[in-house]
Amino acid sequence: MFNRFTAIAKKEIKQLRRDTRMLFIIFFFPIVLLIIFGYAINFDVKHIKIAVYDQDKSDYTREYVNGLISSEYFDLVTYIQDESEIKRLLDEKIVQAVVVFPSNLSRKLLSKQEVKVQYLIDGVDGTTARAIQNYVNAATYNYSIKLTKEYLAVTGKNLYVPIDLQPRFWFNPELQSTKFLIPGLMGMILIVTAVISISLSIVREKERGTIEQINVSPLSSFEFILGKTIPYILISLINAIIVLLAGYILFGIVIKGNMFLLLLGTLTFLFAALGLGIFISTVADSQQVAFQAANVTSLLPSFILSGFIFPVETMPIAIQVLTNITPAKFYIVILRAILLRGAGISAFWNQLIYLGIFGAIFITLAIIVDKRSKGKN
Amino acid sequence: MKTIYHFIIKELLQVKRDKKMLVIIFMAPILQLIFLGYAANMDVDIVHTTIYDQDKTETSRNFIESLVETGYFKIDYNANSYEEITELLEHGKTLVAIIIPKDFEKKINRRETTQLQTLFEGSDASKASMALGYIQGVSTRFSQNLIMETKDKLGMKISLSGSLTPEVRVWYNPEMKSRIFMVPGILGLVLMISTILWMSMAIVREREIGTMEQLIVTPIKKYQLLLGKLIPFTMIGFVILLIVMIIMVLWFGIPVRGNIFYLLFAALLFILSNLGIGLFISTVSKTQQQAMMASVFALMMPMIYLSGFAFPIENMPKFFQYITYAIPLRYFITIIRGVVLKGIGISSLWLETLILFGMGVSILVLSANRFSKKVE
Repeated sequence: MFNRFTAIAKKEIKQLRRDTRMLFIIFFFPIVLLIIFGYAINFDVKHIKIAVYDQDKSDYTREYVNGLISSEYFDLVTYIQDESEIKRLLDEKIVQAVVVFPSNLSRKLLSKQEVKVQYLIDGVDGTTARAIQNYVNAATYNYSIKLTKEYLAVTGKNLYVPIDLQPRFWFNPELQSTKFLIPGLMGMILIVTAVISISLSIVREKERGTIEQINVSPLSSFEFILGKTIPYILISLINAIIVLLAGYILFGIVIKGNMFLLLLGTLTFLFAALGLGIFISTVADSQQVAFQAANVTSLLPSFILSGFIFPVETMPIAIQVLTNITPAKFYIVILRAILLRGAGISAFWNQLIYLGIFGAIFITLAIIVDKRSKGKN
Repeated sequence: MKTIYHFIIKELLQVKRDKKMLVIIFMAPILQLIFLGYAANMDVDIVHTTIYDQDKTETSRNFIESLVETGYFKIDYNANSYEEITELLEHGKTLVAIIIPKDFEKKINRRETTQLQTLFEGSDASKASMALGYIQGVSTRFSQNLIMETKDKLGMKISLSGSLTPEVRVWYNPEMKSRIFMVPGILGLVLMISTILWMSMAIVREREIGTMEQLIVTPIKKYQLLLGKLIPFTMIGFVILLIVMIIMVLWFGIPVRGNIFYLLFAALLFILSNLGIGLFISTVSKTQQQAMMASVFALMMPMIYLSGFAFPIENMPKFFQYITYAIPLRYFITIIRGVVLKGIGISSLWLETLILFGMGVSILVLSANRFSKKVE
């Protein structure tokens, strides 16, 4: 038995080595995607483009604006002279926010009153708008404190600040979004290589008719499948290593947790993903159908439903239930625990069980469908 | 003209007869829009919070109360030790742990500064910084209220110095819902995926099945063949567009504030440039599988990520910002968001419209030139 499935595995590896175009796609695209994700995609809202409508034109407003633009969060695009310009600037996305200082600002400040600084924010992108709102609130508050401090310094008193907030970000002190995206990216790449390539490779034998030669050989279905999957497990592991290495070299992401747990989690995930791939290959007769099925069940969900970018917990319940169709969801939880937080197995053992059940269900289904279709012939 | 007409009828008949295909062509975009529309939500509405209240006094309870009152914080755990907090953070069960020190009330009563430690599970950077913003808001307001109270107690009427307070008005999307932002973008995305895929596969299929040879031996001219393919797919694309627009307005309740005819016109230009891309893919691939792989991996994935549909283009490094100029989806998303959310029209968006038009024409001409009416 050992000889037989290694023979299949060897044959598969030979075939793969000859298909250079496929190999190129499998090994090259992960790096391209990693670069896109690492460099181009981030949610860190910085360099917000602002316009200033200063009706006061005093030292106060100048100092306030200087404070804004000396941080990396705000970039001053233009001063405007007329209220009617605000609409055009926001409509055409020339700026993301407009600051309006009322004309009586310095007079009111001098007479120790409260003055409102108005901000008009482009809310189209809600996430960015919330971040901008947080920044302007903090900036205005800080400037107020500075004013109060200066005033008190003259009278020789100290400012009383009741609460001193001390935030500390664990696991990701510099708050890099890349760190969060790498595990999701790994899940997506592995699912593409595992589900799509295994199902296409089995269906191709069906399409070309070479599967009949295998059927008449003394090989059992189990040996055939095992022989087929081993090369893809190897490819997936190599891919995982490539992504981790590239993540380390390009973005300095270090694996915090245990390597053995990482391997265990990856293998369990591959078991589930390959189970899905094998099931698809038993149902599909043509590569086109297999590709569509793999696309619908793995590629899109691993991007949208896996928690890769959009948190699962904020989805409506019906969609949350649907997220379970992608093994990537469970794998991402495991990867984030190991890679980012360095957590032990107690943090994700249930995910391993989900993945095991997932793989077992699809392999059982594949066996049932396979037996039925053989019975028909 | 008649030849083209007959060709179009043949194409539409083919689509109509293939029931499975028909279902996929129209159902796929609908389902994608609905699922994506619900799933693509990045609002941080709930912050899972753990409180370690070492003080357990009225003041500390007031502080917790003011956290809960914002509606953002959901207190899942009340921890009693640092070990418990460490475990919750490590297991990713809580986003933030707030530790109220033992002498919280005492220090505040003595008018001393008390330190409030907040530990974040920072792996999701954007979520963590958003949560920090909320906490800062709460602690600022809490501090100000304390100062006001002491002032009242001391009978001080005027404030010590003038102060500035922000008054934020959010335009276009006052509740800052990411769904309102996402759905129009997803509409563009779905439209792009279906038009590129079907166009590229339609021509490659004729080649694979061998019916292309029959077309080649007929006296039909190259431009007639191309128009005969393009016109029915433009029609199908337009029907898909109408369906997804209706879903956006009726299902998601996002009305079109601007001129709908202008939007439809821009969408037509967008569909044309996608058909051009699909045609291009069909000229470079020999099998359907290659066509699918090429369109998904080499074109669609990068185009999706770089189009600004979920990830703001302004946040990208300059180099990637330049790449986005070559992506038709980017312009269409700007247009659809402008028309739907801001209610602006061609006077503000003429440049995007013009570029989309130019791209559509040049991609189509380029691919049409590559397309050869020959057997390989």
